[in-house]
Amino acid sequence: MTLSRSLLLAAAILAPLASVVAQDSTKGIDQGVRVGITYSPGVRPGLVVIPGAGLDSARALVQRDLDFSDRFEMMVLPPTTGLPSDAFRPGLAPPPLNYPLYRTLGASYGVELAAGPGGTLVRVHDVTAGTVRKEATVPLPDPADPSFRLAVHRLSDEIVRWISGTPGIAASRLALVIDRRVWRIDSDGGDLAPVTGTTEEALSPAWSPDGRKIAFTLFSGGRGSIVVLDLGSNARATVPSTNQFLNLTPMFSPDGHTLAFARSSEEGTDIYTADVSQMCCVQRLTVGRYADNLNPTYAPDGRRLAFVSTRTGLPQIYAMAADGTDQEVLAPSDFGVTGSSNAPEWSPDGARVVFHREVDRSPQLFLLDVAGSRVRQLTSAGRNEDPTWAPDGRHLAFVSDRSGRRQLWVIDVESGRIRQLNTPGNARLPAWSRRLAGSSLTN
Amino acid sequence: MRHLSRSLVGFAALLVVAACGGKNAPEQPAPQATPTNTTDDAAARRARQDSIDAAARARADADARARADAEARARSDAAGGRAALLEAITSKIHFDYDKADIRSDDNGALDRKAAILAKNSGLRLKIAGNADERGSDEYNLALGNRRGAAAKRYLTSKGVDAARLEVVSYGEEKPVNPGHDEGAYQDNRRDDFEITAGGDNLVQP
Repeated sequence: MTLSRSLLLAAAILAPLASVVAQDSTKGIDQGVRVGITYSPGVRPGLVVIPGAGLDSARALVQRDLDFSDRFEMMVLPPTTGLPSDAFRPGLAPPPLNYPLYRTLGASYGVELAAGPGGTLVRVHDVTAGTVRKEATVPLPDPADPSFRLAVHRLSDEIVRWISGTPGIAASRLALVIDRRVWRIDSDGGDLAPVTGTTEEALSPAWSPDGRKIAFTLFSGGRGSIVVLDLGSNARATVPSTNQFLNLTPMFSPDGHTLAFARSSEEGTDIYTADVSQMCCVQRLTVGRYADNLNPTYAPDGRRLAFVSTRTGLPQIYAMAADGTDQEVLAPSDFGVTGSSNAPEWSPDGARVVFHREVDRSPQLFLLDVAGSRVRQLTSAGRNEDPTWAPDGRHLAFVSDRSGRRQLWVIDVESGRIRQLNTPGNARLPAWSRRLAGSSLTN
Repeated sequence: MRHLSRSLVGFAALLVVAACGGKNAPEQPAPQATPTNTTDDAAARRARQDSIDAAARARADADARARADAEARARSDAAGGRAALLEAITSKIHFDYDKADIRSDDNGALDRKAAILAKNSGLRLKIAGNADERGSDEYNLALGNRRGAAAKRYLTSKGVDAARLEVVSYGEEKPVNPGHDEGAYQDNRRDDFEITAGGDNLVQP
């Protein structure tokens, strides 16, 4: 939609003779410039990022972050050619915004960035009302500074909060596995960096809720211990009792004090918890008796866990209390009919659990509505698996081979929009962090 | 051979001593110099005995050589046998999709392993379960574990001490066949058997 809108604008401005193809064009255009777009934006307000002098990297990042939030109809203005003259005047103080123009273009909001004496001036314009809705001066690091990207992402998230009431998800990261090594990547696909080393094998990364730690399975000789790595200090701690056997699928509790994980031994695979604040106190939650139980995920209130169990044959999604009691089916399945279900993750708002389930031998993403026990299929093309929730509870990252190799993709559950996170090699086992905290930007 | 030539040299020296009446080579070992009138007869007898001894030594050497050849042949036969034993121990078994049941046509292979384990009490194995690349990566680690545990349970049910068998899982992380077709998947759904101790002097069951 964005591309066609910019084409429409270009057509309207540069080709006055053409009749504008729009929802509601009834007359040809004989003369002058006529901008006659009637567009029903649905539930998404139109947003334009106002071009300006300098701050190109920041502005480009903000534009992309606002686009990726999927909350706005992003309007892409063509470059300086043919623009109304008051939108871009290098070296001069920005004039009051031409609200009527932007109103006719369909924008509800305008975002302006300009270099100021105290930092970067950020203005959010309410185009409909014709006023500045919010203004702040934000200190941004130099674009060459390693902290620049995350600082701009936090700014984008604040802008989303000013407009919609909910912060964006730009200042968050995904942990992922490429070639049995854990990496992390910004939510927009930038700044890929390794977390584990080249001489070790690691799988199953999981973020602590405060974003300061990553837990993963350190894999060696068919066994695996669970390591909690502090990203700031690079210190590592091995979860007690995980030095033996194969320990996998770690997941932090919402308060960060407990780590749930699975252990595979000759008895089978069962779920345990450990206190990771004190690195002690390991407890067993499931007793498999030749059924496997793994892949625990906490509900946001910390009182229940969803997990995978093979107790009826194929793996399916179950739930239990945080102490292992009250085990029950969570995602309904028909014995002998429903395919294997795996990799559950409870949504940040507690209302849904996402997982993948085999349909015709290919895994597809499914959403379970916890209250109503209803299951909805989200994908159908290719193999789609290992979903993880963004902190806004409406975006999911997952692994898909739809492009020919296993890659990370992001889907917006509400609009259906899908984008790809480009990584080298085969990416898998993604885990999305919460919003990464930083110093407060504005008051 | 060396013994024979030395004996010949010694024999020749004795002949020289006998011929020269014991005048040179005072460092000759016994027999000691004897009175000249009986020397010729005694020397001749000694010479005869020495040659008999030398011939006996030569025969003994030849026998030893023949024995050594026979032993080498026996060892190489055992080496061929050893290769067969190693093959029987480390042969892989395979599984159906998403299953950890031992297939009935793998029973024979596991029975052979059990027999070798029974005969070689120091032998210890590591059983590594594996899965094909389909299905959840993490679930495949648990599935591989189940496959390794299934083979261990079979072997312990045949009397193998559980302490001699270790189970690990590689999930889908270590395929033997990098392909993406059903043939590759079949190759990868397997248990690997690796000797961790006691594999040096294997005895046929």
